Amino acid sequence: MARAVAIIGVGQTKHGRRNEVTYPDMVREAVQAVFAETGLDPKDIDGIVCGTMPSMMEGVALTHFYFADALGAVGKPMMKTETCGTTGMSLAHTGYYWVASGMADLVLVVGSEKMYEGDSQATMSTVMEPFYLRPFLTGAPGVFSIQAQQWMARYKIPEEKSREAAAKISVDHHRDAHDNPYAHIKVDLTLEDVKNSRVINYPIRFWDVCPNSDGACAVIFASEDQAKKMSLKPAWVKGLGFCGDEYWYGDSDKVAWQCAMIAAKQAYDLAGISNPRRELNVAEIYNPFTWIEMLHYECFGFSEPGRACDDVLKGVFARGGELPCDPSGGVLCTNPIGATALIRVAETALQVTGQAGAHQIEGAKLGLAHGLGGVSQFNGLMILGSEL
Amino acid sequence: MVTLSRDGKPVIKAEALVTYELALGPTWNRFFEGLKEEKILGNRCPRCRRVLVPARTFCPRCFVDMGEWLEVAQEGELVGWSLTEIEYFGMPTPPPFVTAFVTLDGADCKFMHLLGGIDLSGIDVVRKQIWNGMRVKIVWNEEKNGTIMDIKYFAPVG
Amino acid sequence: MTKHFKTLKHNIWLPYQYAVGPVFNRFYEGLKEEKIWANQCPACSKMLVPPRSFCPHCSVDMGEWVEAAQEGKIVTWMTANEPFFGQPVQPPLIGALIHLDGTDCNFLHLVGGLDLNDSAALKEKIKAGSRVRAVWRAEKKGEMLDIMYFQPIS
Repeated sequence: MARAVAIIGVGQTKHGRRNEVTYPDMVREAVQAVFAETGLDPKDIDGIVCGTMPSMMEGVALTHFYFADALGAVGKPMMKTETCGTTGMSLAHTGYYWVASGMADLVLVVGSEKMYEGDSQATMSTVMEPFYLRPFLTGAPGVFSIQAQQWMARYKIPEEKSREAAAKISVDHHRDAHDNPYAHIKVDLTLEDVKNSRVINYPIRFWDVCPNSDGACAVIFASEDQAKKMSLKPAWVKGLGFCGDEYWYGDSDKVAWQCAMIAAKQAYDLAGISNPRRELNVAEIYNPFTWIEMLHYECFGFSEPGRACDDVLKGVFARGGELPCDPSGGVLCTNPIGATALIRVAETALQVTGQAGAHQIEGAKLGLAHGLGGVSQFNGLMILGSEL
Repeated sequence: MVTLSRDGKPVIKAEALVTYELALGPTWNRFFEGLKEEKILGNRCPRCRRVLVPARTFCPRCFVDMGEWLEVAQEGELVGWSLTEIEYFGMPTPPPFVTAFVTLDGADCKFMHLLGGIDLSGIDVVRKQIWNGMRVKIVWNEEKNGTIMDIKYFAPVG
Repeated sequence: MTKHFKTLKHNIWLPYQYAVGPVFNRFYEGLKEEKIWANQCPACSKMLVPPRSFCPHCSVDMGEWVEAAQEGKIVTWMTANEPFFGQPVQPPLIGALIHLDGTDCNFLHLVGGLDLNDSAALKEKIKAGSRVRAVWRAEKKGEMLDIMYFQPIS
């Protein structure tokens, strides 16, 4: 690894339907929050990284121009990154690389989205090229429903068992969101509520699916010198990994999912992790859909292939379990896409520094944050720890 | 002009209509001309020997130009599917419809299109008619335009 | 000899609903009353029009609201003659950076009230520094084009 880098502060907006503010003002909320948290201000920052979903999401092209004022970026170098759902993770990686390279000591990283201002499914369909794919892929739920079904068929997972496990994930995460002051959806659900909710794309039902959210997240990456100078609790970057599949959805195996497994291995190798389920204390998995969360447990080595449902039903990944996943409520409860993967990073940083408040996992010291993007095309991870 | 959103906040409603004219290039041009003749054309990578369909210019894994062209079977195995009943703005295919993910005989990747010729009135009805592993076969549209929609859909065989 | 390959014609059509927020909303409401609102940064004292929620230089919340003058000068200008798909205002048009008296920034709007086809006259009447005055549209919608254009005043 290059020189040591830590996250020294995070800021989030209250995520949800934010019709009462303009997009740049909402972004500024997250930026003001991280400055308040760290005692820093724009003049201290060496560079800014920002990103969102493609311009078509909110109808203003190239949002990094639009947000320059709100980011305090006037007069500073800025980098923009967009990788669909993995945007937040790509942003975190970019911020990390900038500081790790020695070219900057303090980098502000901001992801955001204002999904209520556009049509998210219509926009996401533009990720599909119009020659072969666009008429058939019906936004995110359709893609993941195909993937979920292939997974169940490959390992002969009985449908009832997967339905029960997916429902438990939904119930657990929606309950956990109540302890997260920034989370969007806060409801109380029973297993029956989830299992009987409206079908979106079979087997995925309404309560298996993430919301559209407005929101922004800001994170400050710092060099070791800067981190040690300030009396804040640093979350050290211990490992990272990023990998992509071919573009064409039919070319890759989305069950023994190469890019997810390779990205995880990269991150684990850097962090020196050989048994993730035992060595990690917490994970914030990018979980827009309950079924896909389980597939990721297997790709990341938390469960044996085909056994994630059993582990879920045993409570392995619940808040009191062996490896709590998404104690923030996860993407299932809050999804401003350009920010979402960065929120995973921010939440993991809060966990390993003991600052997660009501949803803190006791004694968490090593955590994994994850992002998923494209038409199931990219996976990115970052591992954070309390010790250098 | 400012109007009020559903929850009473001032908003500006707008629509963006953007037009495109995308180059097909020689490879896809040949593939789509093949559709007009009711042929499904794939091609083989000279290095990894995989047959990819639709035909490609280059192999995405080996990064070399694809080699020989060949006609791929019009029948194959259904390996994934999804019923869509929800509607969103500007959807190219109006619901309800089933997206099908098929490994055509002779191809080394999966092909996506619609699945039709079945009763689409609800998930329980659909599930009784289709399942992963079943054989499906391409049905063509009478009218051909040299687009992917010249294929009407995959229909269950037998 | 190039071969001619086909193309796929394709449209993307997307709906939007932009949140206006309280600051821009107040500005738009002001336009309906033929008022041009500006506001002032409490740190650097700059007067900005259209008004903002925060000063882009100082990053602090803006302070007092003040009505800006409706007269000022042209900073720079350009003519547009070529139409493109989906233009909100059809050419020929003159776009200009306008500086209203008493404010500390410029904003984009149109220059009009003169024959846009008479290029000799245009060059006489429209120069950097030319004085202009806002001319209002009869029917107000609460948008920038409630100011129909800025007209040169001799």
